[in-house]
Amino acid sequence: MSSYIAHDESEYAPPAEMAEMELYHPKTFIGKYIWSQDAKVIAIQYAVTAIGIGLVALVLSWLMRLQLAWPNQFAFIDPSNYLQFVSMHGMIMVVYLLTALFLGGFGNYLIPLMVGARDMVFPYVNMLSYWVYLFAVLLLVASFFVPGGPTGAGWTLYPPQAVLDGTPGATWGIILMLVSLAFFIIGFTMGGLNYVVTVLQARTRGMTMMRLPLTIWGIFMATVLALLAFPALFVSAIMMILDLTLGTSFFMPAIVSKGQQLGHSGGSPILFQHLFWFFGHPEVYIVALPAFGIVSDLVAIHARKNIFGYRMMVWAIVAIGGLSFIVWAHHMYVSGMNPYFGFFFATTTLIIAIPTAIKVYNWVLTLWRGDIHLTVPMLFAIGFIFTFINGGLTGLFLGNVVVDLPLSDTMFVVAHFHMVMAIAPILVVFGAIYHWYPKITGRMLNDTLGHIHFWITFVGSYAIYYPMHYLGFMGVPRRYYAIGGTNFIPESAHSLNVAITVAALVVGAAQMIFLYNLISSYFKGRPSGGNPWNATSLEWQTAETPPAHGNFGKDLPVVYRWAYDYSVPGVKVDFIPQNVPPADVAAGRWTKS
Amino acid sequence: MTYTLVFLALLMATVIWWLVRQSVNVQPWVAEAGAQDVHGAVLARPAAKTALWVFLAVATSLFALFISAYAMRISFVDWRPLPQPRLLALNTAVLVLASVAMQWAVYAARRHELAALRTRLLAGGVLTVAFVIGQLAVWKQLGDAGYFVATSAATGFFYLLTAVHGLHVLGGLVGWSRTAAGAWRGATAPRLKLSVEMCAIYWHFLLVAWVVLFAVLASSYLGLSICSTSVPL
Repeated sequence: MSSYIAHDESEYAPPAEMAEMELYHPKTFIGKYIWSQDAKVIAIQYAVTAIGIGLVALVLSWLMRLQLAWPNQFAFIDPSNYLQFVSMHGMIMVVYLLTALFLGGFGNYLIPLMVGARDMVFPYVNMLSYWVYLFAVLLLVASFFVPGGPTGAGWTLYPPQAVLDGTPGATWGIILMLVSLAFFIIGFTMGGLNYVVTVLQARTRGMTMMRLPLTIWGIFMATVLALLAFPALFVSAIMMILDLTLGTSFFMPAIVSKGQQLGHSGGSPILFQHLFWFFGHPEVYIVALPAFGIVSDLVAIHARKNIFGYRMMVWAIVAIGGLSFIVWAHHMYVSGMNPYFGFFFATTTLIIAIPTAIKVYNWVLTLWRGDIHLTVPMLFAIGFIFTFINGGLTGLFLGNVVVDLPLSDTMFVVAHFHMVMAIAPILVVFGAIYHWYPKITGRMLNDTLGHIHFWITFVGSYAIYYPMHYLGFMGVPRRYYAIGGTNFIPESAHSLNVAITVAALVVGAAQMIFLYNLISSYFKGRPSGGNPWNATSLEWQTAETPPAHGNFGKDLPVVYRWAYDYSVPGVKVDFIPQNVPPADVAAGRWTKS
Repeated sequence: MTYTLVFLALLMATVIWWLVRQSVNVQPWVAEAGAQDVHGAVLARPAAKTALWVFLAVATSLFALFISAYAMRISFVDWRPLPQPRLLALNTAVLVLASVAMQWAVYAARRHELAALRTRLLAGGVLTVAFVIGQLAVWKQLGDAGYFVATSAATGFFYLLTAVHGLHVLGGLVGWSRTAAGAWRGATAPRLKLSVEMCAIYWHFLLVAWVVLFAVLASSYLGLSICSTSVPL
């Protein structure tokens, strides 16, 4: 064996063929598509559910924007509703859409295919994971229909305000929200165990960790973060439920509500904030790391160049993951913390810029003198680099205590986190769907519609969020139902709000083009063949497209190289798949089939 | 959050050590035919065991966060400890014995001594059930003395921490009952060995988690004591 093979190769190499007995074989339609244990079907189930609930959140954002642009013009938006729209929009987008789509959707589809496995290692648990997730989503949806409606406490759910009379949904809505989150976490943990163990244990022969596509590294590390960080949300949800139902005082201080002394005493609301953000900040990277990984692959494939600095990319992912656990209190600068504490968290926050910058430079250096194909996935990947740099830089502003204090709870914060963890990851989701849709369905998405979708979404996002930074500088607060006739807010701010709303409605409508494209291309799209992008990673080398049950034919592929052999000098074809032996290339036998 | 951070720092150190092993002296861009040499190699570690370790990391994170929350709360001036039930020490001893019985069962499984395996597995299960009953008795004692879950912050944390640990014990008993069913209905030797080993690992985790919880609940040395020995129960 060569010295260049990673150390664990023989230790973890699976047998040449998995006994077919171990693979579950569905017999009925229901077994195949409903109670399915096939990771690819579960991935589609996750994706459809996540996108479905995401559309609800999209409509909620429209309603918020309508109110902000034309205050008090709509009978169906009152102050309580508005707060409920804000809260549910945030929670759905962050947890139920992005986390579920990146890990449950892309994770399930791509991990087994890209590491060369037949399926996840525990298909049954994987199936349960989806159904528990669906149950959590249904609980969330149910909260719209209970007395008082869903919670309006903001997606951060800070007690005591979240559970006091006067906050919308303080009776039923908040309980359903917390229980739904608890179920989401249980379901995610089932899936997460699968993703981690499949990457660690079910890689095909020759697929060392250092030959994994960066997509898998991103999803893998994000799953590790999620497994460790979600317990913090679980703990805070459980303790808040106990405060609500059993009358304990974990988070509830002695408090007078509506002239009544409540039974609680001695609880700490700050404790909740610590626990929440101990989950909340890694959550940003749970969403961002899969996006980082996918963008790395999109950029390399569509620029026909190997990724610049593969090992540094891996280390940067791990470093970002580790650092993300020691920055949480930068969300709490205004909670009145010790200045030394604030200094520590400002420092760690700024340090994250280093591994992040490494990644950005490496993407740009991969593009440098590459054979760039401006396909739709590539456009979205480049769009991501723009929006991510933009949102990342405003993050450097907010990471500093003195800058954060005046900007806290203004529209600047809204603009920052939407650029960095809403628009940026969503652009990657779109890029990834345009990229892998041919593998999932066997058909290409319509290119013209894709271009229209990209340009409206990309330019429109800037039209929404760029002006919002200026509103923030002026001091326009976030989460306010109506700004009213405040002196420091000029008339132009109101006009800007109208412009932002128009842009938001247009961008939202453009997503309908995308949905139409997804559905119509499934029936009428141009047949794609097995490897339309001439990509090297294993999912493009399956015998059938879409891949059959068991992913690969009789034999699992054997891997000889990393996933980035593009434009290799001296080779006629500008890519060499991971399963092509060096001997074939040397003998000139590798020609595109 | 110090306790959680200590745990995470240890975990990160492990990850970095592992990643260094994976990436030092490795040149990912070099294509190699070396994979042929390991044809027919088998998995060194069953996937289920890796999954168990990953799950234990998640559970440790959960316990560390509960303890962190507790450590943050105890520093407030209004903290009033509750009496320390003496039964807790006995329960701890019972859980130690359960863990030992499980480890003995592993030795029996490795030597394919089915009769000894069954006895020891049964002993482990019975002792664990005794532990659960003991914990419930502690709750009853506290309740009789007027300390309920909502009485004070200290009682809230006491019930919460013991309940979370208890739920993990009950989860373990579900796994144990499946293992026991295998031991009596004649599961294949390798399969039985794996499931007994996994039970034992989980039981050791339950024991370590409980000892740490017991220490923070009852030891005044750590400055974290939830229970005061001045009013024994």
